[in-house]
Amino acid sequence: MLGGPLIVVTSFLYLGLLFAIAYWADRRADQGRSVIAHPTVYALSLAVYCTAWTYYGSVGRAVQSGIGFLPIYLGPTLGAALWVFLLLKMIRVSKSQRITSIADFISSRHGKSHLLGGLVTVIAVVGVVPYIALQLKAVSNSFTILMHYPDITMPGSATALPIWQDTALYVALLLALFTILFGTRHLDASERHEGLVAAIAFESIVKLVALTAVGLFVTFGLYGGFADIMQQAQEAGLLQSMMNATSVSDQNWFTFSFLAAMAVILLPRQFQVAVVENSSERHISRAVWLFPLYLLLINIFVLPIALAGQLAFPDGRVDADTFVLTLPIAHGQEWLAMFSYLGGLSAATGMVIVETIALSTMVCNDLVMPVLLRHWRTRSVPADLTAVLLRVRRGAIFGILLLGYTYFHVAGEAYALVSIGLISFAAVAQFAPTMIGGLYWRGGTEAGALAGLGAGFTIWLYTLLLPSFAKSGWLPMTFLDSGPFGINLLAPQALFGLQGMNEISHTLFWSLTANIGAYLTVSLLRPPNAEETAQASLFVDAMKYDRPAIGLWRGNAEVTELKRLASRFLGRDKVDTAFAEFSRNRGTGYNPAQPADAETVHFAETLLTGAIGSASARVMVASVAQEEPLGLEEVMGILDEASRIRAYSKELEQKSRELEAATAELREANTRLQELDQLKDDFMSSVTHELRTPLTSIRAFSEMLLDDPRIKLDDRKRFLGIIVGETERLTRLVNQVLDLARIESGRGEWTTGEVDLAQLIRQSIETTGQLFRDKGTEVETRIPEGDFRVWADRDRLLQVMLNLLSNAVKFVPAGSGRIIITLSGGDEDYQVSVADNGPGISAGQQEQIFEKFQRGDGDNLANPMGTGLGLPISRQIIEHFGGHLWVESPPGKGAIFSFRMPKGSAKLPASETGSSDEPAYIDRG
Amino acid sequence: MSQHILIVDDEKNIAISVDYLLRREGYEVSVAHDGEEGLRRIRDDRPDLVLLDIMMPKLNGFEVCEAVRQDPELAGVRIVMLTAKGRDAEKEKGLALGADAYITKPFATRELVSQVKALLQPTT
Repeated sequence: MLGGPLIVVTSFLYLGLLFAIAYWADRRADQGRSVIAHPTVYALSLAVYCTAWTYYGSVGRAVQSGIGFLPIYLGPTLGAALWVFLLLKMIRVSKSQRITSIADFISSRHGKSHLLGGLVTVIAVVGVVPYIALQLKAVSNSFTILMHYPDITMPGSATALPIWQDTALYVALLLALFTILFGTRHLDASERHEGLVAAIAFESIVKLVALTAVGLFVTFGLYGGFADIMQQAQEAGLLQSMMNATSVSDQNWFTFSFLAAMAVILLPRQFQVAVVENSSERHISRAVWLFPLYLLLINIFVLPIALAGQLAFPDGRVDADTFVLTLPIAHGQEWLAMFSYLGGLSAATGMVIVETIALSTMVCNDLVMPVLLRHWRTRSVPADLTAVLLRVRRGAIFGILLLGYTYFHVAGEAYALVSIGLISFAAVAQFAPTMIGGLYWRGGTEAGALAGLGAGFTIWLYTLLLPSFAKSGWLPMTFLDSGPFGINLLAPQALFGLQGMNEISHTLFWSLTANIGAYLTVSLLRPPNAEETAQASLFVDAMKYDRPAIGLWRGNAEVTELKRLASRFLGRDKVDTAFAEFSRNRGTGYNPAQPADAETVHFAETLLTGAIGSASARVMVASVAQEEPLGLEEVMGILDEASRIRAYSKELEQKSRELEAATAELREANTRLQELDQLKDDFMSSVTHELRTPLTSIRAFSEMLLDDPRIKLDDRKRFLGIIVGETERLTRLVNQVLDLARIESGRGEWTTGEVDLAQLIRQSIETTGQLFRDKGTEVETRIPEGDFRVWADRDRLLQVMLNLLSNAVKFVPAGSGRIIITLSGGDEDYQVSVADNGPGISAGQQEQIFEKFQRGDGDNLANPMGTGLGLPISRQIIEHFGGHLWVESPPGKGAIFSFRMPKGSAKLPASETGSSDEPAYIDRG
Repeated sequence: MSQHILIVDDEKNIAISVDYLLRREGYEVSVAHDGEEGLRRIRDDRPDLVLLDIMMPKLNGFEVCEAVRQDPELAGVRIVMLTAKGRDAEKEKGLALGADAYITKPFATRELVSQVKALLQPTT
């Protein structure tokens, strides 16, 4: 039986498990065997996007507006395609400059401005604290509901209870403790929180599995599948009302999708996991599809649960936001209810922990540090600042969570809390122009960014936050209806008479218009100063530089001073290690007595940026280094020179690559020439050999006949016969060599026209008839009826056929020889095969016989007249007409020579073999 | 007993002509048509002299020559390379492998006969 103690203990066990995972991952990271350096873990950690608002709220939204819950997930899915460029650039910039928060990102881009960082921090805190409150509410409500198992009781208003009895307070305090343990282990915020990320990835799995478990139970346990639920809902008239009542107009689809697409990278916690905690740029490519897939999976069962909830609790007594929990309770599934509660807990805690860490970094670096720096200007600075920084961070974490709790306690069930998710999204969307614009536009200045953010934020406050207060009853409704002081034009949700939009679209339209307008206009009023120009270049050209442009600093500083300064914030050991690695990478030792060069100063500043933010780091470095300010002209000069040097070195690289390529080509050509030379050499040597062989017989017999008059008449006749035969062989050889040389050099003469293969076969058999009869060989033809025309040179094809037939007859056994000639047609070509029942050709020789002067074993014995060129020439002829000639020889079944020719009168051969480089080519067809 | 000469050549007509030529000179002549058969006949028949072609199926002339020269029992067999490969390199290779003479095709019949006679002289 579930009950308070069991739920509390289970919750603690769950949080303990999270902590164990984080601890384990941190240990692994210390040992250099990171568990989070994996693209899947990265994608899962991004799913911190899915909070309790998703876990419980999606069902509620589905009940309210049908498929209106979808844009929140559709937006990021579509937006993910842009990550390849946008997120990559954000990560590249942030890594190279140790940027650890959105506030620092925007401030650093616009000349490292404290003011800008502070403004961004304020917007983030104001925008996101209510969102944190929502998570606290979700946890405390789900806890309360589960406590009353098996009854289903909606939690009463939290404000009714004394504070010390309020679950949400303890949840907030507990989470603050956890966040401190997770998040402030290291001081340098640019160091990745490996344990935290591992725990978040784990939480993403838990919430997905839990929601899916409830979904499966509802869909397949309570009903007979998706179709069954749909049908029953249809019968109850639910579908109708849900689909019709959908308050999501086309315009809202766009607005919500756009907001969500922005939020998924601009929410402080998303920036934290996507950019700060990213361990490799390569992980983006998997996140681009895996994260949308996660969103799809977590949304599959939203509609079924929403419908089943309405069917189960038709009286509307049960809040749709609690269906994920109340459905299992209503059906007596206590363990499923417990698991569902844990899923919601994991969704809420993941969000709260990461969001709070991200916000606390911003509050510490961009709100508290500037004040402390001013304070220390007049007073003595404590020697060890690490402890101070840690205390500030921890204080900020507590502060933010308490703020969240306070908001929850005050707002309670009010409207201001219910729709806070989108309100928060609209707040962080204000970062888009300065952040994304700043990555691609050099013209943005500090003043422009301040104006844009200020304008956008003000309108957001006025048109969205204040009205939400009014709707909660804290402001008079007349403020909402007829504007302040009755000025209709200033009515917050119909600003300047703009009506007919829902509140979010209305706010987004006005705030972004004002934001972008002010950012552009104010930025353009005055050209960027030296600092802004330098920083703009670092951001906009991030993908071009391999390392940040240095040399944008001139002045006097000592390395020892810089190290002492950094040690105050980061600890001596860490700084020593960092500087040692730095000089090792540069390949120079440093001399403490020497003044620090620009690169060293830059390094020290970057190192400090990781701990205290870019603006504060700049101020601190300036306190130990006498900087001579660079004028805008000088900065532009340095940047110009850098880009000139880059262009020049690119040109050099290009030239040297071209040279290398040319050399490689030459070398290749040379090798090819040598090979050709060798081939020609071998050919000449073979031809010589082939010529000398018949000449030897001719000479020997001639000499013998000349010298010896006593030779018998029979012998004389025989010898003369041999001489004549060898002379014929010589003639044939000379002809074939010339023939082959012509074909190979492309100077062959071809008379192309339509050739009927059937007729050609018959003619070839007639011509060689005597050979077959002499050897007692049986010839069979298998020629089907039909059209067998190909485009070729008739005499040449006949030459091929005669060659194949005379080869065949050469090898068949005398008296029992059998040759089968087959003609067949495929889809695109015809095939002619000549099969014999001779000894066949061994596998090793089947390709060899197509090489010049390579005859099969025993060839010479059977036919001393063979030249060894017949098959190579035949192959050349067939290939000239786009065909193919080959041999098969199944063991013990003789040899089958076949060729294939493309069908019909397609005009192919000349162009295919390249008549352009065959000047002597004559096509008389 | 007349001396025995083995002709190893895959060219039938050349074998016929040399066979006729040497028989007329009074030698006992036999013919093998490839390297393998040639080597076997050398081992079996122990001819006094072998006329050895180089380009042959199965075993080429160089391989036969090498095998013969590695067999001490065949030390008395004289070898004349008879080949259409006329390059100096081939000739040197043949002689280096232990051939006693090297005659290029096409050859003068008289020269062949006198070369054979000269090689067989000392033992008669």
